[in-house]
Amino acid sequence: MTTSASWPDVPAFPLAAKSALADAQMRRNIGMATSTIREKRTGVVEEMPDWEQLREAGRALKERTLRHLDEHLLTLEESVTRAGGVVHWARDGDEANAIVTRIAKSKGVSEVVKVKSMATVEIELNEALEAAGITALETDLAELIVQLGRDRPSHILVPAIHRNRAEIRDIFRRTIGPETLTDEPAELAEAARRFLRERFLRARVGVSGANFAVAETGAIAVLESEGNGRMCTTLPETLITVCGIEKLVPAWQDLEVFLQLLPRSSTAERMNPYTTLWSGARDDDGPREFHLVLLDNGRTDSLADELARQTLACIRCSACLNVCPVYERTGGHAYGSVYPGPIGAILTPQLAGMRAAGSLPFASSLCGACYEVCPVKIDIPTVLVHLRDRSNKERAAASLKGRLDPERLALKAVAKGFATRGRYERLQKLGRLGQWPLARKGKIERLPGELGGWTKARDLMPIPDQTFREWWVEREASR
Amino acid sequence: MRIALFITCFNDTLFPRTGQAVVRLLERLGHEVVFPLEQTCCGQMHFNSGYHDEALPLVRRFARVFRDEPLIVSPSGSCVAMVRDHYPHVAKESGDPELIEAVRTLGERTFELSELLIDVLGLGDVGAYYPHRVTYHPSCHALRMLHIGDKPLQLLRAVRGIDLVELPAAEQCCGFGGTFAIKNADTSIAMLDDKLTNVQETGAEVCTAADNSCLMHIGGGLSRQRAGVSAVHLAEILASTEAEPFGVPAVGSGDAITVVRA
Amino acid sequence: MNAARDAILARVRAALRDVPEAERADDVAVARDYRTEGTLPHAEVVALFAENCADYRANVREVDAAGLPGAIAEALAARGARRLAIPADLPAQWRAGDGVEWVEDHGLSHDALSAVDGVVTGCAVAVALNGTIALDGGVAQGRRALTLLPDYHLCVVHAEQVVELVPEGIARLREAALAGQPMTIVAGPSATSDIEFNRVEGVHGPRTLDVLVVTG
Repeated sequence: MTTSASWPDVPAFPLAAKSALADAQMRRNIGMATSTIREKRTGVVEEMPDWEQLREAGRALKERTLRHLDEHLLTLEESVTRAGGVVHWARDGDEANAIVTRIAKSKGVSEVVKVKSMATVEIELNEALEAAGITALETDLAELIVQLGRDRPSHILVPAIHRNRAEIRDIFRRTIGPETLTDEPAELAEAARRFLRERFLRARVGVSGANFAVAETGAIAVLESEGNGRMCTTLPETLITVCGIEKLVPAWQDLEVFLQLLPRSSTAERMNPYTTLWSGARDDDGPREFHLVLLDNGRTDSLADELARQTLACIRCSACLNVCPVYERTGGHAYGSVYPGPIGAILTPQLAGMRAAGSLPFASSLCGACYEVCPVKIDIPTVLVHLRDRSNKERAAASLKGRLDPERLALKAVAKGFATRGRYERLQKLGRLGQWPLARKGKIERLPGELGGWTKARDLMPIPDQTFREWWVEREASR
Repeated sequence: MRIALFITCFNDTLFPRTGQAVVRLLERLGHEVVFPLEQTCCGQMHFNSGYHDEALPLVRRFARVFRDEPLIVSPSGSCVAMVRDHYPHVAKESGDPELIEAVRTLGERTFELSELLIDVLGLGDVGAYYPHRVTYHPSCHALRMLHIGDKPLQLLRAVRGIDLVELPAAEQCCGFGGTFAIKNADTSIAMLDDKLTNVQETGAEVCTAADNSCLMHIGGGLSRQRAGVSAVHLAEILASTEAEPFGVPAVGSGDAITVVRA
Repeated sequence: MNAARDAILARVRAALRDVPEAERADDVAVARDYRTEGTLPHAEVVALFAENCADYRANVREVDAAGLPGAIAEALAARGARRLAIPADLPAQWRAGDGVEWVEDHGLSHDALSAVDGVVTGCAVAVALNGTIALDGGVAQGRRALTLLPDYHLCVVHAEQVVELVPEGIARLREAALAGQPMTIVAGPSATSDIEFNRVEGVHGPRTLDVLVVTG
């Protein structure tokens, strides 16, 4: 997957965030949208007396899946094959793209219709198909807005969340028309319906992702709202599904948990309008040919990290984005990845590597709002600090510059200083002495070097002339 | 009751007033406060910043210093959360069975101040008097890791003379986040701006919380904006009585650092 | 291709070296202590279904068995639907209405399905808690395209097909799932929340969904 390079010099997220924060319109759009969805989610979660039990079951089911993933993958392969599908395996994005391109080319098509899929954005399938002369048409409304606006997705569920209705109207007027279009959401949706209808009817190859893949029955589940997912998975003669290997659930029964957790966490509905489930291919209903591409692309690296493995439990609901105070202010583009927000901050570095995305685990105040809403209880804050440790270590191991990072040297020195009482107390005195050139009228308004980030908007009270322990010792002595 | 004070390196050095307030409060309530001078730091700063090897010796040190204390209190929600939530994880990664066992009981014996007062000592009213307009910011780690809920508010509601006003969007993070405030200063400041707007909307003279780290952040912003609002730790409000007011430090005057002499 | 398969499986196994060899997947405990069996009286379950289904802008009407043909005719007339696609096994008594042309689906083309005024089907199971209707290709349901391309869907739900909870619904679909039947679960007409997170009904799927719940 692609992310902007960050090592050794560039702090990728802070810089990208800085320009995003300056975009007042985008901040307003995202602020409005996330506060709407937050409130709705709270409503549909609060009406569920067994929500916590469902969350725990969801977490446990994903643990059961991941701890025995090899076994479940083989079961799935067998089930899909038995149901008339063809299973392919792809170590990385290039392999997956090559498989999809080869199948599409063998059908002689110049266009495929796509239902929104994070995995295919991750591996840049559209670009690969384009290079082979095949147009991949996104059919999800938000994804279509992004595609027509030559934009990048900024949210897992609503990739065009950074656009408001007036901006969407302008994009549609420019591209699919008509020029008389207003910014009424119903009219915008109607414009998309007209534009796509005929394309659905003539499409011969469809491409999808998967929300869940049931090992026991071979069923693939796609949850959606608009009906474009049904169109893409039902009408074409050939259907290709790209599915991350972590999307498995062991048994049919397990859907009873996830079909409750996902819609309420995602679109804040009791249930999304349409859910399609199919196994393999058949002659009397839907595509005659079905290809399932099982994608690794870094997932086994995450699996190998015992603590961070839980990241793979993610069902891509995006509830963590909607409650994240960082995401709400920077938007999704600052993360430089298809997966933004808290989940992106832990998933992207694991898939793309620390060198490419080592700044992301630091893009959090560790407020914990994400963990609270996660439907499968991924302890995002704990994974964040774990990945910070990995990022620091890998960076130090990779270069002298990393080893000489001022924060690293300072924190190592402080840790040494805090190791004994004597050194600790000397450090306290040293701090008091060292600050005298900085303090003016009882406060510090400017700090040097990297610490200057603090005093951009915040004063600092100087270190008082007596520590608590000095006061305590003095008091004990006077008793 | 014998209560060991874990002051935290941050309060020890930067906010001694808060420690003094805890001592005064607990002694007024008839308890014996002890302060193990060997304590330094719980290791949270290192752990949260991603320096886990450096945090480990500090965890060991903490476990040793407080090994025999039956009851430990700290005026910091985030440091208590470190001990209770993260110590088991650090210990597990170290693979040291003795440390694993040591931190298990530590978590059960260490309390944030409002938890100690309400859950352990069974007090809702500590007899405080504080005639000021106050708003309360629930700090994230106290709220979401310790789940202290409205315990600080219960204590504040019982304070005589107080004019307690609700903070809009109270549960939104203030943007401090340790090194986040420096590494991602622009984002941190954008979060702080919204918090400051909400604080000022209440018309409060004092913004309080269970963590001085958040208060340093909020207070630093209020000071820069010359908002005329002080950031004061919960302990200092609860320590105040009619006979012995603990006082509100005047913003930016240097009063914030004045030490109450014994 | 086999190389990729072998490599991925090897990487998975290497990544899971911390999992004890003797551990089986079912050894990982999953507490199913959420609600799995409904507690409401059945009449209330049906009422709750009607309420939740209507909440997503489906038009829900309760009728008794004798009144069903009349209700179908009324609904079709109200929508101005005269050419209706139907699964070939749709019960004869449901084919009601003056001047309505019934087009049985024996492999109708997509264009033909797009050209009809609507579709009439039954369903496999309906869930009260979230107001959903599931079609599994069983009796009176037809294939997936049938209920997708026409702009209007009239769905008949028998009271005994309504269960209270999602786990009960998933259990009823299990047999069809094991048989490899494709399925569609529907909650109201098609919709989108992609513009400022505000829900708008009617995108690609049927824009109108009428539901007749047959009680007694």
